[in-house]
Amino acid sequence: MILSYVWSGFILISAFFAMYMGNGPETTKAVLEGAGEGIKVSIAIAGPMCLWSGIGNLMNAVGAANLLSKVFSPVLRFVYPSAQNDPILAGDLSANFCANLLGLGNAATPMGIKAAQRMKSTISPTIATDEMCRLVVMNTASIQLLPTTVAALRQSAGSQTPFDIIPCVWITSILSVSAGLCAANVLKRWWSDV
Amino acid sequence: MYEYIIPFILAIIAILTLHKKENAYDHLISGATDGLKMMVTIVPSLIILLSAIYMLRASGAMDAAAGLLSPALSFLGIPPETILLVLIRPLSGSAALAVGAEIMYTHGPDSMVGTTAAVMLGSTETTFYTISVYFGACGIKKTRYALPAALIADFVGFLAASWTVRIFYA
Repeated sequence: MILSYVWSGFILISAFFAMYMGNGPETTKAVLEGAGEGIKVSIAIAGPMCLWSGIGNLMNAVGAANLLSKVFSPVLRFVYPSAQNDPILAGDLSANFCANLLGLGNAATPMGIKAAQRMKSTISPTIATDEMCRLVVMNTASIQLLPTTVAALRQSAGSQTPFDIIPCVWITSILSVSAGLCAANVLKRWWSDV
Repeated sequence: MYEYIIPFILAIIAILTLHKKENAYDHLISGATDGLKMMVTIVPSLIILLSAIYMLRASGAMDAAAGLLSPALSFLGIPPETILLVLIRPLSGSAALAVGAEIMYTHGPDSMVGTTAAVMLGSTETTFYTISVYFGACGIKKTRYALPAALIADFVGFLAASWTVRIFYA
């Protein structure tokens, strides 16, 4: 539904500006040009995306996820203290986190939802718990080891070094997740209705 | 140094594969098939949305918005050219991908603006979508502070992306 508003909004704003600024010819040309670019971008990133999806799957199969979950288990214990007494919850949370790290968004979501369902409060099951809010923050601030889709996009636009954004992406992700978790910690005082 | 990360990681995977005697090829193919399926769902929206985004650019609306918000964004250190990406990123993943592509194609992928857009795209997620999927699946009605906290994370991500790119590539 959101995209339907986004598209309508874009078209109305463009039409208004085209008339107001007298950019009719350029705007008309852009309608088809954009559609053409759409398929060009798609073809350019399809190969790399399939490749990385395959490599991510292989990484998972050879135990890279287990390795990562060992490395990051102190972090997860800190964010989700209740998982210490619940090995199944701890397993789901770590699988969710590792799938996100490996860029396997489709694999991460079911694990995350399973974990969220286990976190549900028995007294008030329709109200989000603090740990649930933290789980959502961890999942909305993407923490990806290799930003492969973006790298594919950069390469398709002619970048010579598509992966050299890695240090910036890591630093930015860490800052953004930390800020989200700090915000959650501060905000829970105003929403203490569980 | 970054040029060696990818071959290094691939080499580790190859060693682990041989060590565990896994059928690597099957895993690669099944993953790539999933990737292709995902691609099929993305392609139509990329076409539709890029058409609309190119119209926004050609009509002069993009420059007008960037000009209007440029003092505020420049004060924060965010390149004004990325304004549409900042606004659309929490709402829709495919629209953000389309906007990011347009920025990289227009300004060049290795320019300051193009690199900032790439880092923004690589280090944030579709916040509204993720929240609705998670809480929808669990039947949560009161989401409490999840949305504000997640949006603060996004905002800090946009700031950090702009600053780190400026520090690393200035």
